Parts: sequence; structure tokens; C-alpha cells
Amino acid sequence: MTADKAAARITQEMRDRLNVWSEPRISPPVDLSDIRRWAIAVYWPETPPRLYWDVEYAKTTRWGSVIAPREFNPFAWPAVRPADMMPSKFKRDPGEHSLNGGQTETYGAQIRVGDVITARFALVKLEERAIKLGPALFRYTETRWTNQRDELVKSRIGISIRY
Amino acid sequence: MAYKVYFEDVNVGDQVPTFVRQPDFMHWNRFAAVNDEFVYLHMDDEAGRDGGNKQGAFGMGNLRFAYLHNMLREWMGDEAEVRELSVQFRALNQKREVLTCSGVIAEKKVEGAHHLVRLALDVTNQDGKSTTPGHAVVVLPSRRAMAQSAQQQ
Repeated sequence: MTADKAAARITQEMRDRLNVWSEPRISPPVDLSDIRRWAIAVYWPETPPRLYWDVEYAKTTRWGSVIAPREFNPFAWPAVRPADMMPSKFKRDPGEHSLNGGQTETYGAQIRVGDVITARFALVKLEERAIKLGPALFRYTETRWTNQRDELVKSRIGISIRY
Repeated sequence: MAYKVYFEDVNVGDQVPTFVRQPDFMHWNRFAAVNDEFVYLHMDDEAGRDGGNKQGAFGMGNLRFAYLHNMLREWMGDEAEVRELSVQFRALNQKREVLTCSGVIAEKKVEGAHHLVRLALDVTNQDGKSTTPGHAVVVLPSRRAMAQSAQQQ
């Protein structure tokens, strides 16, 4: 295990990026198969709820159509990978590691087939802390997703831990 | 309509049915495939050990997050909805650990037309160790509100 103190330090470059919102990333249109496959993966090995794959059943619910699980990611598998996956732009040194520290997600509009989601990100908080694995840097990133009607789909504060 | 639980039927302190999984590479690889989450720490034991985990590769936090959503959906039914879900990943998920998602109702309140329930959540392993404390806020259907709505129509 390597505890790289430099990796756990807040730099001026990071401070300069605080509250600077990214350019929008736009998802491909959500497909029924995207939702169905996601649901199968997260419910494996059980059959997922029909709400996530059965069009006729979903029509009978208050939603009127298939909806995606709340944690669904419409940005998976971009044809062209963004060179800069904001905000993880900072150089990583050998021996440096990162962990997912957690997240708070607040939900609005449901994601449905055909939706196109736009995402923007901003680094909103930096914190130097000690964890069991050594000195660590906690980076809080806010993400906002909106749909093609400009409705808020999700707001997320994610915590990335670098050590 | 798939109503499973109503606001009036739940009380603070009630436990919701657990959701249990014992994930290994079969589960992790399926999730990596749909989430495009191909991270060496989750795929390769050597990379996991290099990352400080003696047992090797470990599971994705995002999959535990999804399991908590699954627990809520199975309890609530299809007509209810999750408004907020928050977790802290306090421990790694080792291969073939038995993960039990749990939820306890912490608060009930009505805001406007919304019947909100706040739950304390966690994912514990087979030793009962807390790995993912958190909370959720869900909107449940209300028998009273539905009856009033029906009378007005």
C-alpha cells in the first residue's frame, strides 16, 4: 500500500477549478434495451421488475410507460470517449489510488425511452483528511442532469477519495 | 396498478424487507458492462492488492447503491418513487460477501400533496458489519389522499 502525501494535497490548480461548471455532455437517446439490460444487471440473478422492461405492463402504472431505475446511467458507452472526464483532470502519480466515498442523489423527472440527458459537473468542495489507508483528499463533485424538456432529472453530490 | 404499501400503513421504526445478494465477478462484470465501469480495482486481484486491499479486486459502490434502490422498489411497489438516496461507502465489498440491504423508517411527514417517508439505510456484510450507511426519502401513495381525490371526481 502506498500513501502518497502529494496525492492527498489540495493544489492551487484544484482550488481554481472550484465551482467552475463543465461544458455539457449529452447522452445518446435512451433505448428500451439500455433500461432492460441495466435492470437485469442490478437484479441479477432474479428477474427485474416489469416496470423496467414490459411496455404493456408499464402502460398500466401511473408512469404510463417504462421508466429507468433511478440509478440508471445514460452516459455509458459513448461512441467518442471524452478525453477529459471532468473533473478528474488532475494528474495521477504512480502509487496513487482513488475510492468512491459515497453520494447523495436527489431525483426529479423520470428517465424514459427516447430521453436525451444533458449533464454538467462542477467540483464544489475539497477536503484533506486522514483515512485508514493514509492521508487522503476528498473531492466533492456536483452533477446535474436535465432532459430534453430542461426538467431536472437528478442532482448528485459524489465524493471521490484520492490517497 | 401495483400498490404495495401506503403512507398510512407505515410507522416510524418499521423495518422494510431486506434485499440480499452475494456478488462475485458474475455480478460485477454484468454491472461493469451496463455502467461502462471497467476499473482495474474491480476486475483484477493484482490491481486490488496494489490498491491496498489484501483480498484483491473488490465490488463497486455503485452496485451497492443500486441494490438499495432495488430494496426500496420491491418494498414500495411500482407506483411509489424515490426522491433522494444518500450513502457513504465505509468499507469495501469483498468477493462473495453476503450483502444485506436494510431500511428502517425514521420519519413520516406530509409536504403539500406529497406523503414523504425518510428511511435510515445500510448494507451490512455477513459479519453484520455496516458498509454503506445512508438514508432515503420516498413518496408513498396515500389512501386518504386517493379517497379524497376520488370523491372530488
